[in-house]
Amino acid sequence: MDTIFALATAQGKSGVAVVRVSGPNAWDAGIALTGGLPEPRRASVRRLVDTDGGYLDEALVLCFSKNHSFTGEKTVEFQLHGSIAVVRAVLSALSVQPGLRPAMPGEFTRRALENGRLDLTQVEGLADLIEAETESQRRQALRVLSGDLGKRVNSWRRDLIRAAALLEAVIDFADEDVPVDVTPEVTDLVTGVRAELVQELRGFSGAERIRTGFEVAIVGAPNVGKSTLLNALAGREAAITSDVAGTTRDVIEVRMDIGGLAVTLLDTAGLRDTDDRVEAIGVARAKDRAAAADLRVFLMEDGSDLDIIPEPDDLVLHAKADLRPDGRGISGFTGQGLDALIVAIEDRLSKKVAQASLVTRERHRLALLEGISSLDVALPVVAQGVDSYDIAAEEISIAIRRLSTLVGHVDVENLLDEIFSSFCVGK
Amino acid sequence: MSCNPAIGGLGKGHLVREIDAMDGVMGRVADKAGIQFRLLNRRKGPAVQGPRAQADREIYRSEMLRETISAENLEILEGEVVDLILEGDRVTGVVLAEGQRISSKSVVLTTGTFLRGVIHIGDVSSPGGRMGDKPSVRLAERIDSFELPLGRLKTGTPPRLDGRTIDWDTLHSQPGDDDPVVFSFLNKLPFARQISCGITHTNEATHDIIRENLSRSAMYGGQISGVGPRYCPSIEDKVVRFADKTSHQVFLEPEGLNDTTVYPNGISTSLPIDIQEAYVRSIEGLSQVQIVQPGYAIEYDYVDPRSLDLRLAVKGMSGFFLAGQINGTTGYEEAAAQGLVAGLNAARHAVDQEPVHFSRSDSYIGVMIDDLTSRGVTEPYRMFTSRAEFRLSLRADNADQRLTGKGIALGCVAEARQRIFEDKMDRLAAGRSMLDSKGYSSSEIKQIGLMASQDGARRTGYQLLAFPDMSFSRLAAYDHDLAVIDDDIQAQLERDALYANYIDRQQRDVAALKKDEALQIPEDFDFLRIEGLSNELKMKLNTARPVNLAQASRVDGMTPAALTLILAKLRQAQRVKSA
Repeated sequence: MDTIFALATAQGKSGVAVVRVSGPNAWDAGIALTGGLPEPRRASVRRLVDTDGGYLDEALVLCFSKNHSFTGEKTVEFQLHGSIAVVRAVLSALSVQPGLRPAMPGEFTRRALENGRLDLTQVEGLADLIEAETESQRRQALRVLSGDLGKRVNSWRRDLIRAAALLEAVIDFADEDVPVDVTPEVTDLVTGVRAELVQELRGFSGAERIRTGFEVAIVGAPNVGKSTLLNALAGREAAITSDVAGTTRDVIEVRMDIGGLAVTLLDTAGLRDTDDRVEAIGVARAKDRAAAADLRVFLMEDGSDLDIIPEPDDLVLHAKADLRPDGRGISGFTGQGLDALIVAIEDRLSKKVAQASLVTRERHRLALLEGISSLDVALPVVAQGVDSYDIAAEEISIAIRRLSTLVGHVDVENLLDEIFSSFCVGK
Repeated sequence: MSCNPAIGGLGKGHLVREIDAMDGVMGRVADKAGIQFRLLNRRKGPAVQGPRAQADREIYRSEMLRETISAENLEILEGEVVDLILEGDRVTGVVLAEGQRISSKSVVLTTGTFLRGVIHIGDVSSPGGRMGDKPSVRLAERIDSFELPLGRLKTGTPPRLDGRTIDWDTLHSQPGDDDPVVFSFLNKLPFARQISCGITHTNEATHDIIRENLSRSAMYGGQISGVGPRYCPSIEDKVVRFADKTSHQVFLEPEGLNDTTVYPNGISTSLPIDIQEAYVRSIEGLSQVQIVQPGYAIEYDYVDPRSLDLRLAVKGMSGFFLAGQINGTTGYEEAAAQGLVAGLNAARHAVDQEPVHFSRSDSYIGVMIDDLTSRGVTEPYRMFTSRAEFRLSLRADNADQRLTGKGIALGCVAEARQRIFEDKMDRLAAGRSMLDSKGYSSSEIKQIGLMASQDGARRTGYQLLAFPDMSFSRLAAYDHDLAVIDDDIQAQLERDALYANYIDRQQRDVAALKKDEALQIPEDFDFLRIEGLSNELKMKLNTARPVNLAQASRVDGMTPAALTLILAKLRQAQRVKSA
């Protein structure tokens, strides 16, 4: 078994960077770098040197014995100063130690699983927890993990298995006293499940947004204060502002947490016809991104006319309230109306969340779609009556199998690959 | 034949075809003895059609004996096996009641219902392997010493009636098919004269008699502890469990052409003889009927088949195979198919050849062996078409295409069959390539009368046969070139093409299954030591002892997470081994 090592904390500059080494040679490698390891589970400061005795860093060093570490293997952790250069130097010093190689993505977790330190639900929980950025993501992850989706799938499965069983009874007990025509009951069951699948699928976008974040685009004519508003919301100078119309050319993105939801605010180029080629590209982009966003905030001045039309949920506000005689509207400059805007955004997005289904991943969506498509084939075949039950039963069992992939029976290899590839090295 | 003298049915008929494809004798003998052939589900698709025949008990017996005697290299010794010869964990022969010892490299034990068999008629119980035969008790005690998990099952028979005392004229009759479909790929038509069965029904009076006397039934009186099959309930069971049904169907099946005995299918019982007589006589057409032999229930020991590997050899022992009802199945077809698997493997074991395995993806035999060895049984196991997830490709009509090649490779197929098979395969291949070489445009397809999307793509003849309501004759009527293909090949191509789209889609599942089947779990693999599994699942796995990952995936309560853990452990074990 190889000994593996990797940076366990995020790449880049930071206060502290942790490099983890796990495997049979971990301690030997640790001794080579430190001259002598502290006793297990005791933190101690050591001077790290490379094989030529070159000074690398002064680090807090921790080691764990077999069966008492995250991976279940001998482990050494170096808490380094979070410099990119230091980390690179230490990794390079480790790479020349005998029996050591850089870890593959997710390999520490995989070893933890294989050595019985974590079970698979814990691994999945860990993956989602590490990914979670906001409160609603955390809650959704827990809701999926606690088996709500599983319960729903099982109820569909139960109905479809019942439908299949009815068909099978007619097939397998043809020479006995069984009902001959089960078409009405099978049709009812299949139609019912199909409707629920369609319903669930509708909530997919909301659920996916919780996971991946919502996009809120600020749109309006040039120079109505979109960038000023973005900066005010972000609390920093994310976008350049000036009184020159058309200052913003590209789409500026700022990630925020609004009411526990992950939101990316988009500042876009002011919408107008222009002969400036670069600005024209910016305007086209602004329109595309605004259209694709989950919500749009329109900044309007009296008499302005935009060629995109607000959707029912969109927020339409008077721009530059500070300059208006009636003082109504929003102003990034004075901060007027900002709180109300945040409340309104949260309100609109929460509504989408409320409709969110438990179907959060593309994999789930595909399974639902395939299930629906099999049931769509099955229904007319069932309607043809008894002589077509062999085909009807096949379609329903395909639907059952596809839905089962949501919670049960997945090709084990795929599952492994999927889980472990969603882990970044070192986590 | 101690039960119903019928062979085949849904699922069971598939097994008979597969046995025949491997050149087993059951199909040939049943064709000789068949006095009424019916293809069940004839109007439904070919995947769910099951050939079934009513057999003449005497012809079946004598033909089976003839086949057995004429088998090359086969010597028949008759006697009661009372013990096994053991050398450590190797079984090296059997001991007969008279003390004679027969040594052997492999032993296949097929005890049927004889292992500690007890016969119940009402409140009278007596030891017996079947009516008129002694049970096997000493052998059961020997098996006890192996500490194999044993269970108790029961099955039952109806009273046999004297056909001369049945008022046939008042009853409906059920003839066989006008166009009989036989079992063996070597035969075209039945051999014996064909007859009809009678149909009658129980009524409220019958049910009243049974209800009033339930306490005298061996089953309801508490004498029987064994579990009976749900799909073949006794008449007591039917009356109790389906109390709102006022009538149950009874088939009156003659047991032979020159036999007056009639088997009333549907009223098996363990009521006392006088009650049997009373309720039978309450049935229409049977008011004067004479009972030739009373119905009875029989209880017997079976070995939990999870103690067996895929060869049906007992795990942890060498050269010891079990087949048939001893493994918790029903008799006849399931037993014969196991006999084939155990017999083939016992022979190969004796000459140190590799085991022969059947897969869920190639045969019902494979489905059954896998079900038995991975899930065990809770009632006598009977085959159904719904047990086969690849039902559309595992059809009775293509059993030869699936298995005869395998049989030839194993050397268990006689030359005559091999020639017929190879000729058929050649003609099929030629017919198929003719169909595939044809390309019909959308306008031609329209002329044939089919609805195809106007995508401009040409479709082959084989693809056209997959269209609903399409038939070969319709295609050949349009394209006369195809008429040169033989009728039997036309019919077979039509059946093969019908499900082609589904079978293509299943290929991925078949491949996944084969991959999981190839991931073998060593016999000494310790499921209890897999951390992260629930204790319940550990115990279930430890009982089931799956022999490969595909089997593990079907253990009750198995989750993908748990399966992943097992896979991870397996890989780890492999790495440790290879390191």
